[in-house]
Amino acid sequence: MNSSVIVFPGSNCDRDISVALEKMQFNNKMVWHKETKLPKSDLIVVPGGFSYGDYLRSGAIAGKSLIINEVIKAANGGCLVLGICNGFQILTETGLLKGALLRNKNLKFINKDVNIKVINNDTKFSNKYKKNQILKINIAHNEGNYFTNPIHLKELNNENLIAFKYCDKDGKTNENSNPNGSLENIAGIFNSKKNILGMMPHPERMVDDLISNTDGINLFSSLLK
Amino acid sequence: LKFSVTVTLKKDVLDPQGKYFELEINDNDQTQAEKKVDEMCKKLLANLIIEDYKINKI
Repeated sequence: MNSSVIVFPGSNCDRDISVALEKMQFNNKMVWHKETKLPKSDLIVVPGGFSYGDYLRSGAIAGKSLIINEVIKAANGGCLVLGICNGFQILTETGLLKGALLRNKNLKFINKDVNIKVINNDTKFSNKYKKNQILKINIAHNEGNYFTNPIHLKELNNENLIAFKYCDKDGKTNENSNPNGSLENIAGIFNSKKNILGMMPHPERMVDDLISNTDGINLFSSLLK
Repeated sequence: LKFSVTVTLKKDVLDPQGKYFELEINDNDQTQAEKKVDEMCKKLLANLIIEDYKINKI
């Protein structure tokens, strides 16, 4: 499977995701933001970091970059697109995913391992997980507070477009298990065709027991199926 | 012509953050210049999902 990781000035999870993809036997290429053509890709990853310093709004400038036009075209053509952390913010700025990521409710940068629950496991990104499976995945962000309008929130629920929710170790989703103030504890969403996933937690940091755990591996093995 | 743009979060977004810009537009036709500023706001300066903006000539 061919994958491309987009690299912006200020991306800082691009190498982590490439290590994870290569470990999972993806044939991966790094694509600089000034490129105007994408290599042949089955999967495009928009990685975490602080693209263009996150000036103006997180992901706003990356959302207008040269390469992003190609990502939008590929996504609209059905290519799988995964946006992690800053990548999720960028995808919302392009409109590929609806809603926006506001500043964390406590106004602080949060870096910790949190529990998330698999809500929809019937997608290309999540089929190797069990429904309601609880994972421990790292989050590291200042703007992860997912917000959308009530109509879209209804659509997310009715069409099963919520990928992950923040929860406690028993799977309870409530204010106490919500690290950043996201609506309905949302940690990741799909677009309506489910070929695009945006998520704040970092699955690429959870692919090796030596440094963390392997809860992120099934996201990548799902894609290989 | 010089314009100021104030970007604030929508009322239903509970957060007091906002932004202020001053833009100088190379166009002496005020309607045209204002149109350009409005386009810039919609395209980049404001995210209309969460923000409102106000343009004033200064």
